[in-house]
Amino acid sequence: MAHKSMNLTLKVWRQKNAKTTGQFESYQVKNISEEMSFLEMFDVLNEQLVQENKEPIAFDHDCREGICGMCSMYIDGKPHGPWQANTTCQLHMRAFKDGDTITVEPWRANAFPVLKDLVVDRTSFDRIIQAGGYVSVNTGNAVDGNSLPINKNAADDSFAAAMCIGCGACVAACKNSSAMLFLSAKVSHLALLPQGDPERSTRVMNMVAQMDKEGFGACTNTGACEATCPKEISLSNIARLNQEYLLSSLTASN
Amino acid sequence: MTWNQIFSTSVGKKITMSLTGIFLILFLVVHAGLNACIWAFDEGETFNKAAAFMGNNWVPRVLEIGLFGGLLLHIFQGYSLELANRSKRAVNYAIPYGNKGSKWYSRSMAILGTLLLMFLIMHIYQFWTPSRLGGMMGIEKLPEATYNGKEIHNLFYEMKEEFENPIIVVFYVLACASLGYHLAHGFQSAFRTLGVHNKRYSILLSSLGYGFSIFVPLIFALMPISFLFKLV
Repeated sequence: MAHKSMNLTLKVWRQKNAKTTGQFESYQVKNISEEMSFLEMFDVLNEQLVQENKEPIAFDHDCREGICGMCSMYIDGKPHGPWQANTTCQLHMRAFKDGDTITVEPWRANAFPVLKDLVVDRTSFDRIIQAGGYVSVNTGNAVDGNSLPINKNAADDSFAAAMCIGCGACVAACKNSSAMLFLSAKVSHLALLPQGDPERSTRVMNMVAQMDKEGFGACTNTGACEATCPKEISLSNIARLNQEYLLSSLTASN
Repeated sequence: MTWNQIFSTSVGKKITMSLTGIFLILFLVVHAGLNACIWAFDEGETFNKAAAFMGNNWVPRVLEIGLFGGLLLHIFQGYSLELANRSKRAVNYAIPYGNKGSKWYSRSMAILGTLLLMFLIMHIYQFWTPSRLGGMMGIEKLPEATYNGKEIHNLFYEMKEEFENPIIVVFYVLACASLGYHLAHGFQSAFRTLGVHNKRYSILLSSLGYGFSIFVPLIFALMPISFLFKLV
């Protein structure tokens, strides 16, 4: 197949630090291969900026394999760009045409303040996990895996929920900046397994309280989060979280 | 954990919205069923008698207090959630996210709810106030109808008079459309908020919700239309 390259105009959000207000700046990039990833195209742009003695654009990235959840660009009105079930690092330039203008913004949510350019502070997610997204175990010899029978459907649903990479695209897409899809994935993957059962009641209550404290909005079940999630976390996890919350509230002993 | 703590989190507030919403859905069934008596084609005798029963018997009157309580809670909590949710993104996107994965009406529940509130104020002023408080504080009394020597409010005649005005009928039909879209999202969302995540029930409730959101507002819309075109 013939190799294609393209010239593009990029409108990128530039912001010096968390305290300043930012603005869009336009850049031209030339001879971008359609086989490049979106982040590689940004690398090209940054090299160009460095050669021009300009400040390169700050953006988050790590594995570039679609599994770490670090990349976080809002591209042309959608977190992680136009492709479905995809992260920014796995978005390739063949998604665009020669001559396109691409607008790139950081995640927008008060709970994700912009640190610089396209980098946002997502430590609020870490604090939600610290509030209960774990199981407490006394370590010792590993037990035989078959000693804990687990229903196949529950194991599948748990694994599907555990796919969440905590990138924050759900928050970025939600009109309420709600973190419910993320939270529900974390609650579900533990609530469905016997290992997560002893702490399931306190887990959901503490994690919901922490989510509110961090300044995320409430869920209104619109489904925008599910549509943009790179790991296709199902909206049904939110209903499961609601069930966990309701049951924990009703059966709380104190 | 106190009840206050349970209902003051973002999930707890949504549970309040969901429970009051389901209560209001049940009220709609009763209201639509009762008002359907206008189609008994007896110059409103069945309808007036049914309305008189609802107005004079203590059971519906007590339930009415619950209805107003539930309605006010739904309105107050709805606005409080909407304002809180809107405040969570200080800087908006240059390119809005749009319709991807969500329907416009699911994102417009507060606007649809506000239209319904405006309608409700007018509706209560037109029918509920003269029916329950007529004669008090200078509020106009409803005309009376006599059946078997007994005088009761002629609410049917009042409806006939009000719905002679096509502007009021158009306003009622638009309010029914708002109700339909509000229910199209609200019905299934209420059950999701109460934790229904089983695929079988989700599909059932979603279909039931769409059916309800078309059928019930349609019945309500046909009432003023029937009066306007003198079909009853």
